[in-house]
Amino acid sequence: MEMELMLALLIGILFTVGVYLLLRRSVLKLVLGIIFIGNAINLIIFVASGLVAGKPPFVTGQEPEPEMADPLPQALILTAIVISFGIVAFTLALKYKYFSLTNTDDLDQLTETENE
Amino acid sequence: MMIALPILFPLFMAVLLLMNRSHNYQKVVGIAGSLFTFGIALALFVTVQRCGIQVLQAGGWEAPYGITLVVDKLSALMLLISGFIGVAVAVYAASFVPSALISGRFYLFFHSLMMGVNGAFITGDVFNLYVWFEVMLMSSFVLITLGSKRIQLKGGIKYLSMNLLASLFFLAGIGLLYGKTGTLNMAHLADILRNDSHPLLMNTSAMLFFVGFGIKAAVFPFFFWLPSSYYTPPVAITAFFAALLTKVGVYAMIRFFTLFFVQDPIFWHNLLLAIAGLTMLIGGMAAASQYEIRQILSFHIISQIGYMIFGLGVFTPLAIAGAVYFMIHNMLAKTNTFLIAGLIHRMRGTYQLKSMGGLYKSYPLLAVLFLIPAFALAGVPPLPGFFGKLFLIKAGFEAGRFLVSGVAVVTGILTLFSMIKIWNEAFFKQSPTEIHEECQHEKLRFAELLPSIMLASGTLALGLGAGYLYDFFIEMGEQLLDSTQYINLVLNK
Repeated sequence: MEMELMLALLIGILFTVGVYLLLRRSVLKLVLGIIFIGNAINLIIFVASGLVAGKPPFVTGQEPEPEMADPLPQALILTAIVISFGIVAFTLALKYKYFSLTNTDDLDQLTETENE
Repeated sequence: MMIALPILFPLFMAVLLLMNRSHNYQKVVGIAGSLFTFGIALALFVTVQRCGIQVLQAGGWEAPYGITLVVDKLSALMLLISGFIGVAVAVYAASFVPSALISGRFYLFFHSLMMGVNGAFITGDVFNLYVWFEVMLMSSFVLITLGSKRIQLKGGIKYLSMNLLASLFFLAGIGLLYGKTGTLNMAHLADILRNDSHPLLMNTSAMLFFVGFGIKAAVFPFFFWLPSSYYTPPVAITAFFAALLTKVGVYAMIRFFTLFFVQDPIFWHNLLLAIAGLTMLIGGMAAASQYEIRQILSFHIISQIGYMIFGLGVFTPLAIAGAVYFMIHNMLAKTNTFLIAGLIHRMRGTYQLKSMGGLYKSYPLLAVLFLIPAFALAGVPPLPGFFGKLFLIKAGFEAGRFLVSGVAVVTGILTLFSMIKIWNEAFFKQSPTEIHEECQHEKLRFAELLPSIMLASGTLALGLGAGYLYDFFIEMGEQLLDSTQYINLVLNK
């Protein structure tokens, strides 16, 4: 029970940090914010599907044990981590391109430019 | 096995396109691939019409343990239409996407986007849907920033951040849903949730999904990313996005709210209708105030999404049928108007309505090609926009939803206004005195007009054949609202 509470608080903190960073004008902070929120959500999946302490998520003997950790949420989180890894790589490349073209990290600098 | 082909084949094409960078190779393989994808979708559509819902348990793992692929009437139709649009856009892109971008693997990302979209239509598993959404998003991120102009990067960052947030909401919804039900298979979820007595408990997940899909579909409070990013990439890419991306969001919403989030109808239907009304009206008004063709059309996408959500909110077989019919019509007509905006740009060198004119005199064929999708969108009979709105508004009145039906009628007038505005400014008005020198004597080749002709004939067929297609769409609506068959087939009961 305590573990759930701790994790819930941690999720709250991660979300707060993520939202704060998202609302900054810098592109880099935006990327960081998305990473924070993504991690918070991975933890949500983990907590929501029930924590089982000290039991492996696979069948050790012949029969499945009655108190076994659920392997599916772990698989889901693993997939989500892999996907977010790819996305972060792409956003960082985009940020680099943005910087090399505009020489700024600030999103609002470009509002009035280019009307074709 | 055939069910998996709309996913596997574009993947195969993407691999083929990696082999060689040459311009001609990319074009030929890209276009041929889109034709084959369409052929597969057509074959699958015929199979579903003949033999009913098709199910594949991937890897032989029985539902609800493995990933299930399901093709019912709605999925088959969506596959068919997106395949058709894929062909049109692939042909169009060959002459309109700058050749540097074609060698820069435009077609590779085109096919991987197609794979994501097809996967999203086929899958019967909620987490698998998330994965397809990500495949689709990654490809669309690359496409929207392809070429890396300043304006594209700016639009791309907005597009990217909003859509990533949407995915994260979606993922959070999945986590909570799994925690509450212990399954992510759609049919299994439907089986559990149909008789659920705690609607309030499910609403948290449902709301997270709604926000996630709402951002992707660009409904009312979440639409602002669309008009600020859609006009930035080359117009072939915009046209492709306009046809597919928002519609996948709407598709997911229709799937979720007809199949398993059905426990608390009063709350959800009222919410959907309120959102639909506001989306229609605000999108329509914003479109009316713009003077850049692509901006008008972008805002107009939003207003049309409202109609589809309206159909979902009324929730009768006729309304759902109307929503799907309208979605199909919109995919065809909206893509076509964007393609024609690209043609106009080639003729006049601008997207600004104020500096255009005289196109009717110089290019009468182009004018006719524009009239068909534009009047279809505006809802002029006998084009499909009229029938779509007719079904929806009739269903709305029958269900006693007078206010939102009234809004739908008013929005129809706004749409007519913005289409007539493009018509007057670009086609009818006197030609401007100074046209960009290099654009003055540009002739249109047949290959450039072919995609528009294809889509326009699709629109005409959908409108003129509305009487014949009516039964098909009503059956689809009934199939969606009565999920017993779907559940039994997937769970093998």
